[in-house]
Amino acid sequence: MMTLSLSHYLILSAILFAISIVGIFLNRKNLIVLLMAIELMLLAVNLNFVAFSHYLNDAAGQIVVFFILTVAAAESGIGLAILVVLFRNMSTTHVDDLNQLKG
Amino acid sequence: MLNNFVTPDLFPVIPEIFLLTMACVILLVDAFIGNGKRWITSFLTLLTLIGCALITYLTMDGQVVLTFSNMFVDDLLADFLKLMLYLSMIVVVIYSRDWLAARQLDKGEYYLLVLFATLGMMVMISAAHFLSIYLGLELMSLSLYALVALDRDSPKATEAAMKYFILGALASGLLLYGMSMVYGATGTLEIGGVAQALHLGVANKTVLVFGLVFIVSGIAFKLGAVPFHMWVPDVYQGAPTPITLLIASAPKLAAFAMALRMLVYGLFELAEHWQQMLLILAVLSIALGNLAAIAQTNIKRMLAYSTISHMGFMLLGLMSGTVGADRHFALNAYSSAMYYSVAYVLMSAGAFGVILLLSRAGYDAEHLEDFKGLNQRSPWFAAVMLAIMFSMAGVPFFVGFFAKFSVLLAAVDAGHIAVAVFAVMFSLIGAFYYLRVVKLMYFDAPVDAAPIVASPDMRFLLSLNGAAVALFGIFPDALMSLCTYALLRSL
Repeated sequence: MMTLSLSHYLILSAILFAISIVGIFLNRKNLIVLLMAIELMLLAVNLNFVAFSHYLNDAAGQIVVFFILTVAAAESGIGLAILVVLFRNMSTTHVDDLNQLKG
Repeated sequence: MLNNFVTPDLFPVIPEIFLLTMACVILLVDAFIGNGKRWITSFLTLLTLIGCALITYLTMDGQVVLTFSNMFVDDLLADFLKLMLYLSMIVVVIYSRDWLAARQLDKGEYYLLVLFATLGMMVMISAAHFLSIYLGLELMSLSLYALVALDRDSPKATEAAMKYFILGALASGLLLYGMSMVYGATGTLEIGGVAQALHLGVANKTVLVFGLVFIVSGIAFKLGAVPFHMWVPDVYQGAPTPITLLIASAPKLAAFAMALRMLVYGLFELAEHWQQMLLILAVLSIALGNLAAIAQTNIKRMLAYSTISHMGFMLLGLMSGTVGADRHFALNAYSSAMYYSVAYVLMSAGAFGVILLLSRAGYDAEHLEDFKGLNQRSPWFAAVMLAIMFSMAGVPFFVGFFAKFSVLLAAVDAGHIAVAVFAVMFSLIGAFYYLRVVKLMYFDAPVDAAPIVASPDMRFLLSLNGAAVALFGIFPDALMSLCTYALLRSL
């Protein structure tokens, strides 16, 4: 049986992080997908902190995760509120329609 | 484990506690007074900021005090930056009042979000732990996202808010990922502990440098340095002008403090790595900021690109502290960067103040043409704008000149002569678009001849702001030695 080492967790979280970055930069469709990508990025970071915290035998990393989760909730609250206001003004959630500010 | 809880020393955090208490009181007061009595909220907000300034000033003793299990530090650097922060927030609130009132935007939430953003910046300035840096940063950013969307019916403002939110959240994510790597390599989240672990050489260098890349990109995003600048022009243009004024002023001080705490206090042993990264960011920002600003017709967008180039200069100062060599040079470099950010806040507040002064209900002086013939409409405020534009361009004997001069001196001392020459060339190119504003004000006929109306306190403060830009240019030593002294006592 293969044992899971620290690097497995780190690679998983790096993959999740990369997916979220790609999701932000390559996604040209829906703003909600962008919000999901941001959440995924914070979760990748959380995984990193928990893995390090376990292997370092130090609880501080896990406490940080609680704070990040709380802030992520507040952040998605603000993000969705902005999205609602945006939809009311522009009747769209398409990324490509955000093109009034240019130059 | 549980019974060794120590009550933290609350004395160094009194300004923060006072601000938080007052923000809650103002929240309640504002809920009870009607829409017609908004001046009470505004007055209380100003009173709170002045109270914070008094507390910070009176409790300033020049000692480095750590509290909350080494998460929070109170030193002279923090006190100095906080005093500058209160000052710029007071200026923001006074400049914004008439503009917001004319558009029925002076709601209670504006003042509250301003106070919470101030609290976030105070925590960022005093952070001695990665967690407190993150929490301060998010408290500031979340308030700013909401403030950009303050004008709910404006499609431009909401678009700007969305872009700011997405890229700001991305920046926080990058920063956190970098912090997690540094935590993994050093086993601690305290900035002092990180520095100690690096000094002992127990940390894995590869992981550290990998994390450092993410931390530097996160900082660059928050400062708006190229290639992480794409949000700056859109947000500056789309946000309501008072909010642009807010974003363009105090957060730069907090971001400077964050960069200084993390890179210099925490990761100084990796300086040879982050100095190269900052060098690339600085060179690109100075070049792109100055070139792109020439093509702009919207003055808010033009000032956004000018911000990018100013942040490039600030980073140039930050990267010029030589490692291992004379400590005196490093101190000079960091204090020149600090002087640059303080001078930048002064100039940027004045520039957006003049834009707010020229705007009135239903009309925003957003375009360069709106500045035509300002000298005929109001010679005094044309002179104020002239001082600010000359100062931003780096014309001698204005504050911006000495800021640029000290940064360039630090860069030359660190041996980056080619970079200094490059920066001078591009600020010469940049002088074109600043001087264009001066030409429009003095040599063109006014398009809009409406009289300039503003409340007396705004006129007074804006005049004072212009005078400060000129006076600190004639007597630069006072501010410079304050910066150096604050850093010297805190390093």
